[in-house]
Amino acid sequence: MSDDHEHHDGNTDHELRVSKIRDGTVIDHVRGGQALNVLAILGIDGSKGEEVSVGMNVPSDRFARKDIVKVEGRELSQDEVDVLTLIAPDATINIVRDYEVVEKHRVERPDVVVGVLSCPNDGCITTGNEPVTSRFDVLEGAVRCSYCETIVREEIAALIDTA
Amino acid sequence: MRHDHLITSKQLSRADIEAILDRAAEIDADRAAVADRHAGSLLGLLFFEPSTRTKMSFETAMKRLGGDVVDMGSVESSSVKKGETLADTVRVIEGYADALVLRHPKQGAAKMASEYVDVPLLNAGDGAGHHPTQTMLDLYTIRENAGLDDLTIGIMGDLKYGRTVHSLAHALTNFDTRQHFISPESLQLPREVIYDLHQAQDAQVREHETLEDILPSLDVLYVTRIQQERFPDKDEYQKVAGEYQIDKRILEAARDDLTIMHPLPRVDEIAPEIDETEHAAYFEQAHNGVPVRMALLDLLLSKNGGGADE
Ligand SMILES: [Zn+2]
Repeated sequence: MSDDHEHHDGNTDHELRVSKIRDGTVIDHVRGGQALNVLAILGIDGSKGEEVSVGMNVPSDRFARKDIVKVEGRELSQDEVDVLTLIAPDATINIVRDYEVVEKHRVERPDVVVGVLSCPNDGCITTGNEPVTSRFDVLEGAVRCSYCETIVREEIAALIDTA
Repeated sequence: MRHDHLITSKQLSRADIEAILDRAAEIDADRAAVADRHAGSLLGLLFFEPSTRTKMSFETAMKRLGGDVVDMGSVESSSVKKGETLADTVRVIEGYADALVLRHPKQGAAKMASEYVDVPLLNAGDGAGHHPTQTMLDLYTIRENAGLDDLTIGIMGDLKYGRTVHSLAHALTNFDTRQHFISPESLQLPREVIYDLHQAQDAQVREHETLEDILPSLDVLYVTRIQQERFPDKDEYQKVAGEYQIDKRILEAARDDLTIMHPLPRVDEIAPEIDETEHAAYFEQAHNGVPVRMALLDLLLSKNGGGADE
């Protein structure tokens, strides 16, 4: 737990590279190299003026390297948190208000993710021009399209619908 | 059935399957008894890719129940050509018909379409996905010829793209069956199907590259076509195809009561000399499509208040 607390206090050397936030969400213990995918899942590309800090491949006690994402002025919904588990199964989510961590939770694997991933199967009905929202069942270490039933084990991040 | 739509054989329990097959047997024994059962009911046929046989089988089934069909016609002559979505098409035709039958080239099409309609929708094939009514007539034929329990079945040919095989394999996990899958390495079952089979309780499944070793133990051999288009190299196809053809010489190693099935059309997977033997059940299998589809339509239409006294 001490590892976690230090991040929000911002009092370790490596933590200073990522600025503290006043109100918003800190997503910690993201696997190294996945921070940009976390932003993609959250639909954050900077175009709406969001204030975002990203630490990539910073040293961690739990993993050799981890990523941290801090989003100012935005508290993640449970749906968003659920989806993060697909690429960041070990992440901790800290909701910050007035510089204090008011809520802290681990991500939990959802049963389904809706409208976040796009199906890699060209023969799938969801890849045409139908008015259908993508829907994936979440399996152990994989996702499965609820329509064509294609199973994707690796490269889930590549399916993130950023359109 | 637990649902008003028939999208995949996976949604059917053993009890569901038995209810359908029992009803089909009843109808088969006395077609006159159901001749007016669904008079006034209309079945909408939506075939987004050609399949004369399946379409005619549904049309016959509905007419034998006293009902009628409306047909959207070929895709070339319909509004689909103008870019209408499937979601819109089914919502329009739903207004005309008491039930819908959908054949579509895309996987998952039937599932999506069913989310837009209130009338029962039957999946008559969605790309490489599912073809559950074919599965029901396959099961009906297997039950008639060999029974569905303590059954050893070989399923041979193109197992990768054959949706009839995927549906059948899953449905068979409801029964005490040992399933042997025989195919060239490049046409083995897709991992999605393997996953589902392993999810099913007590499924006994083995994969083989040749028929030889397993043939003597089979009650049923279900043969599917290996298509030349699946092979980039024509020589490669020739080499493979010959190994998966059934003739009298090969059957010397088989049991006398082996039942041979094929969803048809065949090309040369089964030699014509087999047709006259006791083994051949493929034409019977095709004919079973009518009573089985009559049973399915009857169950779905009756549930929705479209039938006579139940
Ligand atoms: Zn899909």
